[in-house]
Amino acid sequence: MSDRKDQPGPTPKREKPIIVPEGPPGYSGTGFFATSADKVIGMARKNSLWPLPFATSCCGIEFMSLMSSHYDLARFGMERLSFSPRQSDLLMVMGTIAKKMAPVLREVYMQMAEPKWVLSMGACASSGGIFDTYSVLQGIDRVIPVDVYVPGCPPRPEQVIDGIMMIQDLAQNEGLRRRYSKEYEDLLNQYKIN
Amino acid sequence: MPAFTIKADRDQLTIDKLSERFGPAGFTHERLYDTMCFTVPREQVHEVLAFLKAELDFNFLTSLCGMHFPGLELELGAVYFLHSMRNGHRIRVKTFTSLHEAKLPTVTDLWPTANWMERETWDFFGINFTGHPNMKRILNMEDFPAFPLRKDYPLEDPTRDDKDNTFFGR
Repeated sequence: MSDRKDQPGPTPKREKPIIVPEGPPGYSGTGFFATSADKVIGMARKNSLWPLPFATSCCGIEFMSLMSSHYDLARFGMERLSFSPRQSDLLMVMGTIAKKMAPVLREVYMQMAEPKWVLSMGACASSGGIFDTYSVLQGIDRVIPVDVYVPGCPPRPEQVIDGIMMIQDLAQNEGLRRRYSKEYEDLLNQYKIN
Repeated sequence: MPAFTIKADRDQLTIDKLSERFGPAGFTHERLYDTMCFTVPREQVHEVLAFLKAELDFNFLTSLCGMHFPGLELELGAVYFLHSMRNGHRIRVKTFTSLHEAKLPTVTDLWPTANWMERETWDFFGINFTGHPNMKRILNMEDFPAFPLRKDYPLEDPTRDDKDNTFFGR
């Protein structure tokens, strides 16, 4: 029997290094650390998004596997899902939205506090999908602004993780004044929100 | 006639009873897809259905839905699927009306289950049931501008503007 300690196998090569979250760049010395406020706030927002799942059909089932142990959404700072729009930052719309449901979705979006982001999961939420018919909303971007679209019917959980990482990127790098800007107000007015 | 007879006898009995009450000219009948189907003028439909319920024990309204045949003089119609649980017998009753006078009498007084079925028929075919206690849309949104199951309503969503025929093989 050969001794394994003597013959270690080749170290597996990683294409992407594992990134350990660390603080934002800044100046530190004995007993102090200085950086800009938006970097700290961006980091905090990025790693503590509370999603509100608005699951209406099969994409919701796919989301359940994303939530549970195998794909584990909690790794992204989303340990707890919020079922109250007032306590959530990220609206995840998953599934076919009927035209009768559209005002409900709009109401939920309006109840969320700023800052808020929207992820549209799957073909139906993004464009109406195969339901090109009188009763189905042809994409939720007809009633609320959307930040990230995840295509697929339904998308794999990995795709949704990719979309969530894009949302995290948006949350981290968003300027602190964006939600007060004229452009943002115009965007909301476009959807007749406020 | 005893209960649980063969279906042909039950059908014949229904025809005889209706002829006796309304006269042979009051309705037409034919066997369609193994079920006897009666067509009655809309002025008499409520009376016929009340008679069928009272005399022939059709105590259950299985379904009620609208029909649209463009090109006919009486384009719109409704079909009533009746079931007599005691006799184990099913029939259909049809009635027609024109597009500009899309009205039928309600049967909620005979079978309360007709309430939602008639609302659905109003929702999708625009047939107004006079005497209905709550005649409004049931499935579509309340401000929906059309009656979507009429044949002249386009199949694809008319609000969609991104469908380029070159991408859809048309």
